Amino acid sequence: MILNEIWFILFVVIVAGYLILDGFDMGVGILHMVVARTDAERRTLLNSIGPVWDGNEVWLVLGGGVLFAIFPFAYASLFSGFYIAFMLVLVVIILRAVTLEFRSQRPGARWRSGWDLVFSLSSLGLALLLGVAFGAVIAGVPLGPDQEIRTNLFELLTPFALLVGLATVAMFAMHGAIYLIMKTGGELQARCKHYLIYLMGGFVALNTLVVIAAVVMGMAFTERYLDQIWPVIFPAAALVAMGAVWYFVQRARYFLAFASSSLMILLLLTAGAIGMHPNLLISNIDAAYSLTIFNAASEEKTLVVALVIALIGMPFVLLYTTGVYYIFRGKVSVEPDSY
Amino acid sequence: MSLKPKHTNRGVGRLDAELLARLQFTLTISYHFIFPPLSMGLGLMLLFISGMYLRTKDPKWRRLSFFWVKIYGIVFAMGVATGVVMEFEFGMNWAEYSRFVGNIFGSLLAAEGVFAFFLEGAFLGLMLFGGNRLGPRMWFLASFMVALGAHFSALWIVMANSWMQTPAGFEIQEFPKPTRAVMTDFWEVVFTPSFIPRILHVFFASWTAGAAFLASVSAYYILRKKEFADLGKAALSIALPLFILFAVANAFIFGPESARSVAETQPSKLAAMEGIWETEDGAPMYLFGWVDEEAGTTTGLAVPNMLSFLAVGDLNGTVEGINSFETPPTAANLTFQSYHFMIALGMAMVPFALLAAVLWFWKRKLLEYRWALWILVSSVFVSIAIIIAGWWVTEFGRQPWIVYELMLTADAISPVVSAEEIIVSLGGFVLIYALLMVLFLYLLNAKIQHGPAPLEEIESKPVSELPDTLRGIFAARGEGKEKMTR
Repeated sequence: MILNEIWFILFVVIVAGYLILDGFDMGVGILHMVVARTDAERRTLLNSIGPVWDGNEVWLVLGGGVLFAIFPFAYASLFSGFYIAFMLVLVVIILRAVTLEFRSQRPGARWRSGWDLVFSLSSLGLALLLGVAFGAVIAGVPLGPDQEIRTNLFELLTPFALLVGLATVAMFAMHGAIYLIMKTGGELQARCKHYLIYLMGGFVALNTLVVIAAVVMGMAFTERYLDQIWPVIFPAAALVAMGAVWYFVQRARYFLAFASSSLMILLLLTAGAIGMHPNLLISNIDAAYSLTIFNAASEEKTLVVALVIALIGMPFVLLYTTGVYYIFRGKVSVEPDSY
Repeated sequence: MSLKPKHTNRGVGRLDAELLARLQFTLTISYHFIFPPLSMGLGLMLLFISGMYLRTKDPKWRRLSFFWVKIYGIVFAMGVATGVVMEFEFGMNWAEYSRFVGNIFGSLLAAEGVFAFFLEGAFLGLMLFGGNRLGPRMWFLASFMVALGAHFSALWIVMANSWMQTPAGFEIQEFPKPTRAVMTDFWEVVFTPSFIPRILHVFFASWTAGAAFLASVSAYYILRKKEFADLGKAALSIALPLFILFAVANAFIFGPESARSVAETQPSKLAAMEGIWETEDGAPMYLFGWVDEEAGTTTGLAVPNMLSFLAVGDLNGTVEGINSFETPPTAANLTFQSYHFMIALGMAMVPFALLAAVLWFWKRKLLEYRWALWILVSSVFVSIAIIIAGWWVTEFGRQPWIVYELMLTADAISPVVSAEEIIVSLGGFVLIYALLMVLFLYLLNAKIQHGPAPLEEIESKPVSELPDTLRGIFAARGEGKEKMTR
């Protein structure tokens, strides 16, 4: 049983890793055509994420793999139940991945501006879709006694799920703007700073709306917060982290601002995870049908083997991930062989 | 140990959904599998190219490195983009399969993420942009890590697929529902009987394709682009010997070894591969033919007793026929044709490779025979076609099973995904993949036509000023802090 708890925590950490890392490069994509106007500026933006985007996306693949291995019943029900939504996710992931490598391979202005548009829209689309899917999951899904989710794309697009989707877009755009402030200089940096206040305001407003809507609608994941007081530290700490972002940006301590923003994302996700625990998928037909970290999990042998694999592998992952970020630290420079 | 197949009557709608799901999987996996072999093979070639630079310090090798790294980036992006699809598809289209094998198959996929993808993902940036940031030795190291990651990735995937072919190290747990296979022995899961022969076969096929890619473009330069002919000759001096070595080794060692493993572990697949209907002693081997699945006959040109000799090691050895299996193979002709296509082209490579070797080592005569160079240009397409055909043999040959003798493909699909939904997604994939292929080929062609840029155009500072030790790299970028964006 303790293994299931450990894996739930690890899963949340992996998802947080994905949201923080791919989150900023999605944010850069969302802002791509807004803050960067010339080709040189756009190349700077692409090069700010160029050396790391592939590693960032791996966190999503790892999250999918861990869900498959550790909680296979949740993986199977979610992915088949949200079929068309996940198909759309795949479309935007494919487009984003090739855009980054293809865009600067040809000199033509139309070639490049075409890909710029694809990059922006696919980043925006991915953030929105992931947010909507997350919103739909926390709101509860029509999970039957046979573990199947019978729904369709239009039923998923509830006002609540869309609201969570917009909040996610705002969160990533804000996170990406802070990353760009850290990685760029001059006019580009000034423009990002100019937009940051709106992005932060928009995110706080949307997020507040999400919380109010969830409480008013009496969603299952809010119940723990109504029963007990201690979990409130997490959303409260997230709010403090937001304040820290603003504080550090004002004092030009950009790395700390970015770290605060990352911490804020981790805290928000933790707050959500505490509300969901021990459920992975909450059934809105009958709570008894919900898939939890216990009834959706693999057998103990697999949980142990996977934990050993994680303990051997993750130190390496952290080592070379931080290594690469360290090597590419500092402001972005565009070289002749760059994106 | 085997489960009773649950032949539930699903009606026409379900049958269509199954067919569509299989069609979509065939499309997406075949398309994806163009790229990982190139990532492995071309990765290896890049190590040879940059290794030559380290050894000789001849700038032409550095120029080739810059050029092929760019090509690698495009190939890699296609592999990543189409690879994520595969992981999602198991859950999306094959929910019952995912529930059944999650304990085992899922673990291997997760391990691939931890051990392979992060290695590739972390070092890819250093590899693609290392030319102007890292000294030659460190650039080599970054490329090595990416190539290693690509091989690790194949290792875990072939491991997972081998478990579907020859499952081991598990037991079936029927309660609580849904029924599933749970792991009893990790090492038996890893080293299933078919794993080692299959992974070696895949590695050598991938290296052949990588060497062929390098040889194709080099031969093209010699034929058509005077200004790059010298670079082409240099690259060919690496690519050609390796191509010959890998192609011949696969045709005579690892290919036959793989077939023997099939004969031993998956007799019904062997029967489909060779179109053998009745169990017989001294079974023939077809050179080509047609399997009529309705009539239950195979017609074609056959070498008597050859199959028994190759598969069992005895001219009169017994080979089981399709009719002798309780659940006979259901895609016999497709398996047969894919198999014979692979064998025919793989075997055709051998005399050509040997001829090319003779012409090459005999005073570089090969450069004078334009037809031979044109055949060499085609070798990358042939190599990829062979690889896809090989993948079809292994996957179609296993049908109707999704996990050999444990779970039927028909029982593995997602119950809630309708045929209409799959038509939408399949249409989406066809559209996007066609578009991507056009763009990929256009871009590849443009790169190849443009050719390797002169070093003066691409180097932003002399090689000697680039940090070439680990310590140097970590110290070097401090100055970047003051650098302003252009």
